[in-house]
Amino acid sequence: MNWPVVLPEIVLLVMACVIAVVDLWVRDPARRPTFWLTQLTIAAVAALHLLHADSGAVQSAFGGMVVGDPLGHVLAFFACLAMMVAVAYAQPYLASREMLKGEFFTLALFALLGILVMCSAHHFLVLYLGLELMSLSLYALTALRRDHATSTEAAMKYFVLGALASGFLLYGLSMLYGATGTLEIPAVLERIAAGQAAREALVLGSVFVVAGLAFKLGAVPFHMWVPDVYQGAPTAVTLMIGGAPKLAAFAITMRLLVEGMAPLAVDWQQMLIVLAVGSLAVGNLAAIAQTNLKRMLAYSTIAQMGFLLLGLAVGVVGGKSDAAANAYSSAMFYIVTYVLTTLGTFGLIMFLARDGFESEEITDLAGLARRRPWLAGVMTVFMFSLAGIPPMVGFFAKLAILQALISTGTTGHIVLAVVAVLFSLVGAFYYLRVVKVMYFDEPQQSAPISQSPRLGGLLALNGAAVLVLGPLSGGLLEWCRSAIVAVLGA
Amino acid sequence: MGLLSVAIWLPVAVGALLLAAGRDEHANAVRWAALLGALAAFLVTIPLATGFDTSTAAMQFVENLPWIERFKVRYHLGVDGISVWFVLLTAFITVIVVIAGWEVVTDRVNQYMGAFLILSGLMIGVFSALDGLLFYVFFEATLIPMYIIIGIWGGPRRVYAAFKFFLYTLAGSLLMLVALAYLYVKSGGSFDIQAWHKLPLPLSAQTLLFFAFFAAFSVKVPMWPVHTWLPDAHVEAPTGGSVVLAAIMLKLGAYGFLRFSMPIAPDASREWAWFIIALSLVAVIYIGLVALVQQDMKKLVAYSSIAHMGFVTLGFFIFNELGVSGGLVQMISHGFVSGAMFLCIGVLYDRVHSREIASYGGVVNTMPKFTAFAVFFAMANCGLPATAGFVGEWMVILGTVQVNFWLGALAATALVFGAAYTLWMVKRVYFGEVANDDVRTLQDLNAREFLMLALLAVAVLAMGVYPKPFTDVMHVSVTELLRHVAASKLP
Repeated sequence: MNWPVVLPEIVLLVMACVIAVVDLWVRDPARRPTFWLTQLTIAAVAALHLLHADSGAVQSAFGGMVVGDPLGHVLAFFACLAMMVAVAYAQPYLASREMLKGEFFTLALFALLGILVMCSAHHFLVLYLGLELMSLSLYALTALRRDHATSTEAAMKYFVLGALASGFLLYGLSMLYGATGTLEIPAVLERIAAGQAAREALVLGSVFVVAGLAFKLGAVPFHMWVPDVYQGAPTAVTLMIGGAPKLAAFAITMRLLVEGMAPLAVDWQQMLIVLAVGSLAVGNLAAIAQTNLKRMLAYSTIAQMGFLLLGLAVGVVGGKSDAAANAYSSAMFYIVTYVLTTLGTFGLIMFLARDGFESEEITDLAGLARRRPWLAGVMTVFMFSLAGIPPMVGFFAKLAILQALISTGTTGHIVLAVVAVLFSLVGAFYYLRVVKVMYFDEPQQSAPISQSPRLGGLLALNGAAVLVLGPLSGGLLEWCRSAIVAVLGA
Repeated sequence: MGLLSVAIWLPVAVGALLLAAGRDEHANAVRWAALLGALAAFLVTIPLATGFDTSTAAMQFVENLPWIERFKVRYHLGVDGISVWFVLLTAFITVIVVIAGWEVVTDRVNQYMGAFLILSGLMIGVFSALDGLLFYVFFEATLIPMYIIIGIWGGPRRVYAAFKFFLYTLAGSLLMLVALAYLYVKSGGSFDIQAWHKLPLPLSAQTLLFFAFFAAFSVKVPMWPVHTWLPDAHVEAPTGGSVVLAAIMLKLGAYGFLRFSMPIAPDASREWAWFIIALSLVAVIYIGLVALVQQDMKKLVAYSSIAHMGFVTLGFFIFNELGVSGGLVQMISHGFVSGAMFLCIGVLYDRVHSREIASYGGVVNTMPKFTAFAVFFAMANCGLPATAGFVGEWMVILGTVQVNFWLGALAATALVFGAAYTLWMVKRVYFGEVANDDVRTLQDLNAREFLMLALLAVAVLAMGVYPKPFTDVMHVSVTELLRHVAASKLP
């Protein structure tokens, strides 16, 4: 038994239970003790993962069901960070709407636990367990605003479609199990590589697995839930859904497709390319038509996921995986920086919202540059980063993916790069529109904007990170690369 | 930290400081801080010219540090005879722009000044970057402040113009990004522009690269038929924005042809030179005619800019020294002259709030000092000898005649059209009887306006009378470039 591998998860589980109990005695409507205890817990878990990630060692526990490798630890570390930021943005927002109950913290911690399990799963069942733990917590969180029709509808939709996707994934996994006779991811890889498994069953299984993963990432044509859930959920929960779970979805994609089915890459890469181009097209074009900011960002997420999938789709070229480290680490860098930017955008929407005014429409930002130049500046940084304009970090993420595409040297991939680039031109339009509304339009709202220095500071820090991490992206890129190399080498 | 780094980051830092700390309550402090920042940034660039070694084509004032390990990009700066004057021009024009916006801009002064200072630093970065990715980052980043400048302080259709400006330029430069990534892979993982110059490439690859770069730079120059964003942007932009657009931003595109298209894809450049020459001649002749019928002064100068930039690209793609040097001189002189023309329109607009030619007439009667300047700049715009406008056009025409007499003759018609549309505008706006009460009550230049126009007038005159310092600096680099382009790079 190798307990230290799962030490962070154990800490998190224990503390989630403790916090659930402690909260019963908290009378403060802002739930400050619970809040700080939650933050402290997540910080401790993040620190543990960081320590593990730094050591660079690959260990496994529970008879190979759980793995502790740099990929899992780095993603888990960023997931913790994302969750901390999400909870920090959410607390005042929920408190002012009387939605801040103890459940919020407990559910957030359990969702995080699910995410961490997904990051370190090396076994189909463990992976599925983590996925369901995360998903069920998120369904409940989406329905946090119980007396609100849109919110309830969103939760319902999320739950039904999510269950369907889980079913897809499970069905695919069971086919893989049937073909290979094992549930352990490294053993699955071995048997596929040895050619002992029936190819038809494997390919069919991989179709279902990819469909399930595409749902979790929100790629076209499995994207229908994204706009509704993003719009319907309370913004605090949207932020949570758009943040850490994306990292977890990336983690299980890596585990299942790359670690488990690398020899089938030719098959699933084609599927990913179709999903990617579809996502780029639908996401970018549909986002133009949106007037609701959260919904627009949802479509933008779909488009961003399309870009991410392109990175995952070029790891193996002509049967050789020389480019794999490059391609997958680009995708990892992309998802990490994307989550960072998303946290900021939704955080800003919450910052602007007041009781009775959700600040969800794009026009609600009108004249922000006149009222609060700092906030407008931060939002501008986020928008230009999502649009992929240098020197923001989003540009370097897109560049990494483009470079991975072009370095394969095949004409098809260069055409894909051009397609991706043209769609990001379409994308630039709706991001620019947000900047336009903030800077060029006259203010329509006159009610005061929140003055919380803590959140304002966090937003400024978030904006600075998106701006500065661009030119200084070298370190993070290397970190992602070494994590991926450790996985591929194993 | 080298001189170039200071020249780039000093204005950016001052601009960021103004954005962060400036308030409209103490607008005057903001203006003075901006002026001091711009002046300091200009003074920093002077040693680049005085300390420039004109005997070598090698890069000078080089700074070369590792930047992002993963892409093997380096923070690699340097200037040669082709780029050094543009660094100075940028810093100089920024000083003028700060002075020009002094009393005119009263709303969000810190954002206005901050945007221009940051823009200035970024544009200097474009001219001095020797790393492909660094170049791209600066090239694209300039869009952000300009978008904001046009959108906030622009005219009635500013939003449309700002979007058009941004998306047009982005469309072109995204294709260049793909080209850069391709070169990176082909060169075995390097973004070094000078290494790309030496990289052998088959003609098919060169052709694709040539057109990818063409997409980026032709939009920026702008060349016919992708010029349509420029009249909109110019008309809607505030005076300072128009000045920077015309004086410097258009040059980024032309500079790109010299730094990327020609040396990286020389065979394709020679193969497709007829194409560029044809488009340039269309710009020179057709756009000249379009300028003739404009009712709006800013639009007229905008079209005149396109025609003048047609001369620049024409000069580049005839591949002789007179042509390329002439194109470069034309870029610098156009920087001064078009900037000055827009400032003159700004002076009138601030008083009457109209850009229509028909709203004026007989301005000379009420603003004699101003009219003297305006007519002088108009003459420079037509290419009158002894002004800066003459030198470049004359060199390009001479160079073209060396290649083909009829091409030269066609190009020379531009002088006729240029004189026609400029002088006709001058006649209608400045001369004749006083047209209306607006003109009757005009006040002549104040000290600030006099200063900014006088500075530019001195520059235009000096360059026209004694262009030798400019051509001397260029000579060796241009010869080297032509020698390089003449040699085939096919493997």
